[in-house]
Amino acid sequence: MKDMSRTPLPYSPKVLELFRNPKNLGRLDDANAVATAGSLACGDMITIYLKVDEKTEKIIKASFESYGCAANIAASSILTELVKEKSLQEAWKITWKQISDELGGLPAIKYHCGVLAVGALRRAIRAYYKDREKPTWLPQDLTPEEKQALEEEELMKILAKKVGLIEKEDSSS
Amino acid sequence: MSPSITEQRKHVKALLRLHGEVEREVYLDLENSGLIFPEALDAMFEAYRSCGHPSITHKLGWRGYDVILEAEENLRKLINVNGGDIVFTHSGTEANNLAIIGLAKAKPSRKKIVYSAIEHLSVKFPAESLQELGFRVEEVPVDEEGFIDLDKLSNLVDKDTLLVSIAAVNHEIGTIQDLKAVIEIVKDKDPEIIVHTDACDALGRISLDFSKLEVDMASFSSHKVYGPKGAGALYKKEEIELKPILHGQLSSQTLWPGVENVPALAGFAKALEILERNLDAYREKMRKLRDMLIEGAASSLDEVFLNGPRGDKRVPDNVNLSFLRCEGEALTVELSLRGVYVSSGSACTSRILEPSHVLIGIGRPYEMAHGSILMKTSPMHDEEDIRYAVEQIIEAVNRIRSLAPREMK
Repeated sequence: MKDMSRTPLPYSPKVLELFRNPKNLGRLDDANAVATAGSLACGDMITIYLKVDEKTEKIIKASFESYGCAANIAASSILTELVKEKSLQEAWKITWKQISDELGGLPAIKYHCGVLAVGALRRAIRAYYKDREKPTWLPQDLTPEEKQALEEEELMKILAKKVGLIEKEDSSS
Repeated sequence: MSPSITEQRKHVKALLRLHGEVEREVYLDLENSGLIFPEALDAMFEAYRSCGHPSITHKLGWRGYDVILEAEENLRKLINVNGGDIVFTHSGTEANNLAIIGLAKAKPSRKKIVYSAIEHLSVKFPAESLQELGFRVEEVPVDEEGFIDLDKLSNLVDKDTLLVSIAAVNHEIGTIQDLKAVIEIVKDKDPEIIVHTDACDALGRISLDFSKLEVDMASFSSHKVYGPKGAGALYKKEEIELKPILHGQLSSQTLWPGVENVPALAGFAKALEILERNLDAYREKMRKLRDMLIEGAASSLDEVFLNGPRGDKRVPDNVNLSFLRCEGEALTVELSLRGVYVSSGSACTSRILEPSHVLIGIGRPYEMAHGSILMKTSPMHDEEDIRYAVEQIIEAVNRIRSLAPREMK
């Protein structure tokens, strides 16, 4: 790894703007695909709501809720903008890099926020197809973004157990 | 790839522009960068204009040397000690490094270094760095308020122990340790073991009478006592041998080479003098503001927890609160937009993405560490500042909580 003399942290103005005035915030009551990624213990958690047109499989509406840092909130917000009017197949292809670029570049230490947002979106898309016929483009195996969300959750579960969080989490969820 | 320097600077300037007009600005992040007494700043400017290199034999050199003597005189007054040595460094971090690594170099026959699980990283990391030279480190556990387990300490120290380092006051949660008991336990086991204390957060806040408290070494920091950044000090008993950890020339101090930061020491000296004159009044004032801040936030919000002890067991200036369902980094940004500046123990604010080891050390669950903010009151704040801060904290926490997934609400 490069021996950095300084870790860049400054957010782009876009991140701060979306943190201040997030788009598509809140629960979507008529959503037909919902998923959450991350955990309380990780310190970041994103829920994505999608309203998908059953016939065209296009995303008509998308919204989010987020527990996390400013970058996490901005990444979730931009993602819900990016997926609008896209088919589920197109939405599946959105990458964390695209999210970072749309935000004017996330600091390296915040890349995982983009990854988590993509992880939540892909989970929501999988959730949509849970009781429907799965399209051929949907990979059988988890993608790296989904795996990372899962790994983060698993790891934090182990760490949290050590400090007695699990009981709390179980009772609150 | 990281953005270029030009790009980063553009971002920072835009971020600053996005902060609009606010009714008031209240700086409470004194843990990370202290406020300075205006008189200390004046003393610095004066020293920049009138002082030369303190080791040179001319008028400006002697003026510089007198600044160093003044800083030493004022520090000695505040900790009530005549004997021993004072070595000036450029920060508390440097003083801690000199104490630990300098001692290990001077006395490598003993291999064990003992410190608490919630020590400042400038104690923990230098001690850990010595492991590659064959030293061993042991952490003394603490209870949920941050008090060290004295029985465990007693079990951990032995004839191979070189050093025990326990902060007089914890920098994040304000726990005032029973240093007298620590010293008694350690010296009872073996009087040869050196006891060091990181006193950066204790100076000016609790009484430190080194004529009664037989501590072997202690570290201090100028910016923690409302002096400028760029000055720190290590006190050590005369008989303790340290080896330098930096090498160079031209300093009046053999243990810390390089030109002394005379202007910073002039500001440090002035800050110490002001503190000494107003010790009791300042403590009372900070305590009052501290309790106002804690009670103000806790009485208007639910699921708020104070980290660290209450009342007289807590240092007068420290406030560390955890808000459940509210991520701390987002909270620091939200408060910044409202003119209130604080820091957080959340993993997201740290550049290593790990939550505060102090909060984890006292057994706080991860969610509470992520939702924590650290604030310190000072003699320069007033009740209006605190009222404004409380108001903004309540609104900011409610806003951040409103963004969270419904299952958390």
